[in-house]
Amino acid sequence: MSERRVELEVLRYNPETDREPRFQRYDVPFRDDWVVLDALNHVKEALDPTLSYRWSCHMAVCGSCGMMINGEPKLACKAFLRDYPGTIRVEPLRHFPVERDLVTVIDDFVAKLARVKPWLVPKEGAPAAATGELRQTPAQLKRYKQFTLCINCMLCYAACPEYGLIPQYLGPAAIALAHRWNRDSRDGGRDARQEEIAAKEGAWECTFVGACSEVCPEHVDPAGAIQQVKIESTVDWYQAHLMPWTRKEK
Amino acid sequence: MARSGKPLVWGPFAAGGTLTAFLTPVLVVLTLLQPSGLAYESMQALAGHWLAKLGFAAVIGLSLWSAAHRLRITLYDLGLRADTLVAALLYAATLACTGAAIYYLLKI
Amino acid sequence: MSRRPYVRPITSEWIFRHPRYVRYMVREFSCLFIGGWTVLMVWGLKQLAEGPAAWAAFLELLRSPAGIAFQLLTLAFAAYHSVTWFNLTPKALPLQVGEDFVPDWVIAGAHFAGWAVVSLLILAWAL
Repeated sequence: MSERRVELEVLRYNPETDREPRFQRYDVPFRDDWVVLDALNHVKEALDPTLSYRWSCHMAVCGSCGMMINGEPKLACKAFLRDYPGTIRVEPLRHFPVERDLVTVIDDFVAKLARVKPWLVPKEGAPAAATGELRQTPAQLKRYKQFTLCINCMLCYAACPEYGLIPQYLGPAAIALAHRWNRDSRDGGRDARQEEIAAKEGAWECTFVGACSEVCPEHVDPAGAIQQVKIESTVDWYQAHLMPWTRKEK
Repeated sequence: MARSGKPLVWGPFAAGGTLTAFLTPVLVVLTLLQPSGLAYESMQALAGHWLAKLGFAAVIGLSLWSAAHRLRITLYDLGLRADTLVAALLYAATLACTGAAIYYLLKI
Repeated sequence: MSRRPYVRPITSEWIFRHPRYVRYMVREFSCLFIGGWTVLMVWGLKQLAEGPAAWAAFLELLRSPAGIAFQLLTLAFAAYHSVTWFNLTPKALPLQVGEDFVPDWVIAGAHFAGWAVVSLLILAWAL
């Protein structure tokens, strides 16, 4: 296979010595089937062992290697070097604090994800998992299936200008995953999740830029999920305020 | 966190956005071309009917509301952080304009 | 090892970072023209209520070069708003029939068809 060369311009930040990040250039030989992650691995193995970045699966499943590649949020394992003419600029995911080099601090996202209870909350009176099964038709499965494909890679957070402007915003992936469980026929947790996703800092900070859905490497549609949450929450609100008698007793 | 009251302002935004998507372009074509339907007698006859008055008021009110709501968000996007003040001013202006429209409609 | 995460500043340059953000801003700016034109129509109602001379003056204003320029801009922005709104409708209102979801283009297409019918009906009335 033919060998070519590419120049990487990688953001470096060492919290122990640097006051602020700087860029470092690496000249990397590459093969036609290499992705940006291969080039970073080559840098670490052959050129500069101090370079820090996260990765695990190299096949767009684990969601660890999200970074800004020429300013666009991408999985480094899905970005082929051959698709980029000239120098490739590699930066950590935007909107997250930089821990070191390409490694970001993701505590904010992880905490928000837990707040929306992205797991099955059994309905009242449903059989416990140990004693019975919760059956579902293919149509009921399809109702939420696309939202299960989220790999928590946070590219959508890096693409969302509203998350950048309003750090309290719950953000695309967390709301899409809440929506995924709300749409599941076996789940009874919508009321609890609404406290988060129908709050001011839930779906209501979204302005439907749509960037989250455009950059999603798994073709999930968080923007669609958030608009559906807005519509459903609006119906809830008008029902509660204009037709209080339709409200279920709790 | 508590559930937000945003649906109160978002509901009319969504309704107005849909209305303007369907109606504004063709209505602008009319005010540009000024066909016979826009003559004084024909407009008086149209706006004289109570159903048309209701339609005019609804279209004007919801169009203005959706525009005001969008402007509020755009100003925030552009860096203006006084959201509560901006929202109060824009929604108040919308209600005032809609009130004026209803007043003139009733005079026709 | 000490932790000292670096927070990169957020500035307004995000709007120009990618065409999708510019397209979003253009869509949002449509509100200035749709809103402005609607306010003009409120003034038109006032003129209509005042009599034939006032109404004629209103139509005259709309025919002035500035009036025509403003309306052409409004038409462009309003049409862009319509296109973006209908294209995004299937995301906000997905429709599942039986097992499958109705394709996005069918839902958007139905809205575009409705838009054409409404526009033609209004034109037919006025012409």
